Amino acid sequence: MGLAIAFYILAAVTIVAALGVIVQKNVFRAALALIICLVAIAGIFIILSADFLAVVQILVYVGAIAVVIILAIMLTREFTRGNPSNRLQLPAFIIAAFFFGLMVFGIIKTNWQISTDPPQAPTTSALAEQLFGQNGFILPLEIAAVLMLAVILGAIVIAREK
Amino acid sequence: MTIGLQHFLILAALLFSIGLYGALTKRNAITILISIELMLNAVNITMVAFSRFVTPIALTGQVFAIFIIVVAAAEVALGLAIIISIYRNHDTIDTHKINLMKW
Repeated sequence: MGLAIAFYILAAVTIVAALGVIVQKNVFRAALALIICLVAIAGIFIILSADFLAVVQILVYVGAIAVVIILAIMLTREFTRGNPSNRLQLPAFIIAAFFFGLMVFGIIKTNWQISTDPPQAPTTSALAEQLFGQNGFILPLEIAAVLMLAVILGAIVIAREK
Repeated sequence: MTIGLQHFLILAALLFSIGLYGALTKRNAITILISIELMLNAVNITMVAFSRFVTPIALTGQVFAIFIIVVAAAEVALGLAIIISIYRNHDTIDTHKINLMKW
């Protein structure tokens, strides 16, 4: 019961903050709404008993990505011109609503194979076993490391002053 | 009533639709990046919900979510570098006015 109440509160906060990102006229306030949304999603991860991912969500998204986005907003000073929309509002709304309806139809009609196993309590060691252990995801992990190195070099080269 | 898999999936679908609408309609390039972040987070919720309710022992969905977070961080870093470079050259990041490669 408490889990249900927590889920509905966090879901409401997530959706309202996401709508705030779309509706806000000020780009800076849209970024702040994004931060609220990300924190609420970390709470949803805790409800789903993914404790390690919740901490990673706070560290990476709120701690790094949101700060970088706010820094870019400050550097570009575009927020004085507001957050205008283009002429595609009605077609985009129809596409998004159609997509949502299709997803809800599929989710409700599908007969999901729910497992009755209890969730793992601390997921950190199990995730490490999955990532680094035998028959794990060690090759994708190395590729992700190479991707991060390429992104660091690329970002420095692209954003550097001439 | 208990909270099941479908609640989380519908929440993620709604979040993804909001992000899709924002990515299609906004003119500020940074807002488009923020909307893409919303869509990636919706996918993360879906992955973790499947991991919790379908394969609670294997945790494969959470591993996928970690890789999605890595790729999202890379995408934001590169995207914002490109946006700052465009702003330095054109003094705007309005997607209507960035038409250098349009013919």
